[in-house]
Amino acid sequence: MMSHTLPTLPYAYDALEPYFDARTMEIHHTKHHQTYVDKLNAALKGHEALQDKSAEALLKDLNAIPETIRTAVRNHGGGHANHAFWWPMLKKDIAFSGPVADAISKRFGSYEKFRETFSSTAALLFGSGWTWLVLDQGKLEIVATPNQDNPVSQGKTPVLGIDVWEHAYYLKYQNRRPDYIGAFFNVVNWDRVNDMYSAAK
Amino acid sequence: MDREINQGMINRRQFLWTALAGSVAVAADISVFPQVSKASPPSALPPLPYAQNALEPYISAETMSYHYGKHHAAYVNNLNTLIKGTEFENESLEYIIMNASGGIFNNAAQTWNHAFYWNSLKPKGGGAPAGVLAEAIRSDFGSVDEFKKSFSQKAATLFGSGWVWLVKDKNRKLTIESTGNAGNPLTAGLMPLLTCDVWEHAYYIDYRNARAKYIEAYWNLVDWDFASINLAA
Repeated sequence: MMSHTLPTLPYAYDALEPYFDARTMEIHHTKHHQTYVDKLNAALKGHEALQDKSAEALLKDLNAIPETIRTAVRNHGGGHANHAFWWPMLKKDIAFSGPVADAISKRFGSYEKFRETFSSTAALLFGSGWTWLVLDQGKLEIVATPNQDNPVSQGKTPVLGIDVWEHAYYLKYQNRRPDYIGAFFNVVNWDRVNDMYSAAK
Repeated sequence: MDREINQGMINRRQFLWTALAGSVAVAADISVFPQVSKASPPSALPPLPYAQNALEPYISAETMSYHYGKHHAAYVNNLNTLIKGTEFENESLEYIIMNASGGIFNNAAQTWNHAFYWNSLKPKGGGAPAGVLAEAIRSDFGSVDEFKKSFSQKAATLFGSGWVWLVKDKNRKLTIESTGNAGNPLTAGLMPLLTCDVWEHAYYIDYRNARAKYIEAYWNLVDWDFASINLAA
């Protein structure tokens, strides 16, 4: 039986300083992400048929999950999948380039226009959630999801995302979510986003 | 026909106002909702009923400075901006909560929820409820401990941002309700007696991810007198 485990970060906790601080990264990874993993495993206890599936596979077909654990899988499976997607998508000093850069510029007019729309969507999301760049039937779109919902549950494939739960930024940015969103654009691993984009195409 | 509709609207508003007047009047006694008691537009951040460091060590002055000084203030400012030139411009906060949606609802409800939250807490709070409130809690939850346990449980497991409430329904039966994000029990016809804010900004500076510890601390601050007054209203 497979049980879900916390993935190790592909960098040190201070690797994204000064944009994302080491203390936030450590708590975010070792406490928040770990709790999603633990609660997902707890929810799947006794459901052998579901235990070999990846979190994404579970989220892609939530209707196939027994009702008694559906919300727990959606929330904690989502929390696990979203964070596992996120960590490798963060890295400093990676240029906006490659096929996804071309596609973004074409779809949104320019990098600046994309950044503007993505940022305002993330800033306006009320409460906890994520903002994503997704491929929806082959087309790039910006979407927001509440709490830990993942776009795969709506048949969309994320290629980039930002966590706007307060725990992602409160120790460094407090109520200033727009400053955190601005900082985020300094740590987007566009190489990884290109990989996700190519895989999804 | 028009007249009937208008009459209906007036009755609806009067009903809401009457329903709320009790708790509002009480709140006004301790100068909490001055803007509400006058039924005038919510134009100002209500004063905090104690100093920003008064809830230490359970809730830090630093948390209060952001939570009250930035978050609550932003909801008030956003609301004022959003209602300008709309049908809600001259309405009471409760009317807006009951009738608006989207950003106007979110900011109106958060304005109300935070004012209600500050009044659910007090320095040297905690202890045990007394009198009619204690009886009602025992009768509807079994015991005060049972109530606290199930309120704490609801607060710990609310997924994402939101609020947990002790409310009374129209038959004065007490229940515990969770609402997501800006949700407010008034829209379900329930009267709040107490609330606990479980948005991460309420506790992240002091407790990080340990929401359960914040909830534990909440019981040292809870103002049972405020709940009693709301129950009697």
